[in-house]
Amino acid sequence: MQMKNWLRGKVAKAAVLIVGVLFLAFCFAGCGDSKKASELESKVAELQKTVSDLEKQNKELEAKKVAVGKTLENVRAKGFIQAGVNGDLFGFGRADDKGVWKGLDVDTARAIAAAVFGDADKVKYTPLTAKTRFTALQSGEIDVLTRNCTQTLGRDTALGLDFCQVNYYDGQGFLIPKKLGVKSAKELDGAAVCVLPGTTTELNVADFFRANGMKMSPVVIENTAELAKAFFAGRCDVLTSDASQLAGTRAVAPNPKDYMILPDIISKEPLAPAVRHGDNQWKDIVNYSVLAMINAEELGITSKNVDKMLKSKDPRVMRFLGVTEGNGKALGLNEKFAYNIVKQVGNYGEVFERNVGVNTALGIERGLNALWTNGGLMYSPPFK
Amino acid sequence: MQSAPESPSQAAPSRAIPFYNDPKKRAILFQIVTVLMLGLLAYYLLSNTLANLEKQSIATGIGFLQKEAAFEIGESAIEYSAADTYGRALVVGFLNTLIVSFIGIIITIIMGTVVGIARLSSNWLVSKLAGIYIEVLQDIPVLLQLFFWYAFFYNILPGPRQALSPIMGVFLSNRGLVFAVPAAHPVHKYMAIATLVACVAIYIIRRWARARQARTGQPFPVFRVSLALLIGFPLLTWVLGGAPTAMNVPVFSGFNFKGGRNISPEFTALLLGLILYTAAYVAEVVRAGIQSVNKGQSEAAMSMGLKPGLVLNLVILPQALRVIIPPLTSQMLNLTKNSSLAVAIGYPDFVSVAGTTINQTGQAIEGVALMMIVYLTLSLLTSAFMNWYNKKTKLVER
Repeated sequence: MQMKNWLRGKVAKAAVLIVGVLFLAFCFAGCGDSKKASELESKVAELQKTVSDLEKQNKELEAKKVAVGKTLENVRAKGFIQAGVNGDLFGFGRADDKGVWKGLDVDTARAIAAAVFGDADKVKYTPLTAKTRFTALQSGEIDVLTRNCTQTLGRDTALGLDFCQVNYYDGQGFLIPKKLGVKSAKELDGAAVCVLPGTTTELNVADFFRANGMKMSPVVIENTAELAKAFFAGRCDVLTSDASQLAGTRAVAPNPKDYMILPDIISKEPLAPAVRHGDNQWKDIVNYSVLAMINAEELGITSKNVDKMLKSKDPRVMRFLGVTEGNGKALGLNEKFAYNIVKQVGNYGEVFERNVGVNTALGIERGLNALWTNGGLMYSPPFK
Repeated sequence: MQSAPESPSQAAPSRAIPFYNDPKKRAILFQIVTVLMLGLLAYYLLSNTLANLEKQSIATGIGFLQKEAAFEIGESAIEYSAADTYGRALVVGFLNTLIVSFIGIIITIIMGTVVGIARLSSNWLVSKLAGIYIEVLQDIPVLLQLFFWYAFFYNILPGPRQALSPIMGVFLSNRGLVFAVPAAHPVHKYMAIATLVACVAIYIIRRWARARQARTGQPFPVFRVSLALLIGFPLLTWVLGGAPTAMNVPVFSGFNFKGGRNISPEFTALLLGLILYTAAYVAEVVRAGIQSVNKGQSEAAMSMGLKPGLVLNLVILPQALRVIIPPLTSQMLNLTKNSSLAVAIGYPDFVSVAGTTINQTGQAIEGVALMMIVYLTLSLLTSAFMNWYNKKTKLVER
């Protein structure tokens, strides 16, 4: 019995010691074995203060770090860019049957990789739904969001995002089976409308029906492919989304000729890549990667003639391609960043025609997305 | 040995005992340490989150609940339009979750019990069919089942223009089941009150009948009287209210049916998927409960001359219930939680509406916290009710 009591005392002592040591380790500091509880608690209070002080310091350091470009450092350290893309949208972001990612947004991400690494293939893609995209960016899961995403004031501010140069000017339209015989969106009173949740289009379509005194019953499915399936099966009368997306959806329809896009465009949808708020250097890099593609088209530089253009005597071309140095250093990139983008990805016109242009299944005209010199909105500030 | 002291404090009250040897003090110390550690962790997480949100200039707080939602919701138990607030939109989602869970739980319990009893049937075909049903539906993930039912509805059923109309005023199409309902009339309110009164009356009659039977041994036809009350009271009110027969008949105009009541394919697919999946588990729970009752019990009951139905009702089920209820509670909670898969097939449940709200406002932490609170509350209420019921059905030991 005595033996048992003695053992019990030993075990209890050991347990107290272990918990005490663990607790102190948790407070990031070691200290000698203390035997009194009061002593322990005063130590705890002290350590808590130290922890909060350290945290404050850490926070300050962190804030400073952001200013000098944490994302660029992170991206360089891991050796690739993690880009959030659509995953289901033909022409913008979708893997083909061989698993190769293709699309306008994919090429935008590739341009950024070409600028940062000199290698457009150093991108990994995260397919995101409309509902998960912002959280993925906010939480740092991705470095840049190139996912046909509309720039709005609310997203730019309350969501803590920063939008860069628009890579596609879009507007919301309606896709409808021809057999319904509808000619205008104003005739849609009472229609069942398929729409993706958490999008600007979900709000626009509600606004549009309200403004015109019409009623709608929304069918809201999160997955783009599931939504398209429900529409093709007739669950809803009309599918609404950005006109470019509708063209992409129609392209994969069982019988594309049975569907038409109504002429009404009910909203402005400037689609732009987005980054986290506060990292100005990274924002500049993404911004000027897109602008480089537009500027290249303005200057008449293509992926085919870019090597020849290196010998050009035009000072604008020389500055753009890094023959005259300065632009790269200012961005914290290689002087050849614009050359790499054009060489590996192409200028904006090439990228547009390759992914969504008139010769693709989408067959979209340049329209608003033509250069400003051709009556469009694509306009790049000078690269100097 | 029997005189050995249980604790050191009893053994030597005079000697000062180190605090670590005193179980009482030790317990307090451990609790303080645990609380401190938890508090420190919570503080760290909270301050870190707030700092990060501020650094990224993401909005915080629950002020967004007052803002205009500006999105439409497909089906709603209360009046809702895009001009209402996020708060109201969330209430709509919450009610939708509640409706599908409540109806789902009730049908699941009935169906699970029937299948569970069928599984034990002495009829070979019935028992095998029940077995196949249980094995197949238990083993397919519920999300796949939901996709299946939803695709089944919108692929098999015709469009609204070619809607099937088995009975006048009832239309079945890929827009759902639309049927005529009595046109709104003030008497409906009084009929609801009459139903409530009937319920109270039934409760009182049941108690009285039971007491009388215990006292005199005379049985009372409780079931038939209850049924008569339940139908008779509202019917009487309806007749007294002028017997309005006007119906709100659905009419096809433009794109969809107008008027009547619509049960959407999303709701039906979700309800069907959840019921069929969960009922398979409930059936197994019921089977286990029945088998846990000793065979001697049913033999004894039968030797007293009770019919098989009465044996089940009076002897087996009351004893099986106390085994059935705890796992049944967890199946009910599962069904409620699984209803959040609605988001995949477009039923606007709470998670779906909250997800849209998060996306439009960008306030993910508040939104997720709301979801957690709602599901936690629903689960706790369900288990509180079931625990109360469990206590009631426990064997009273004499």
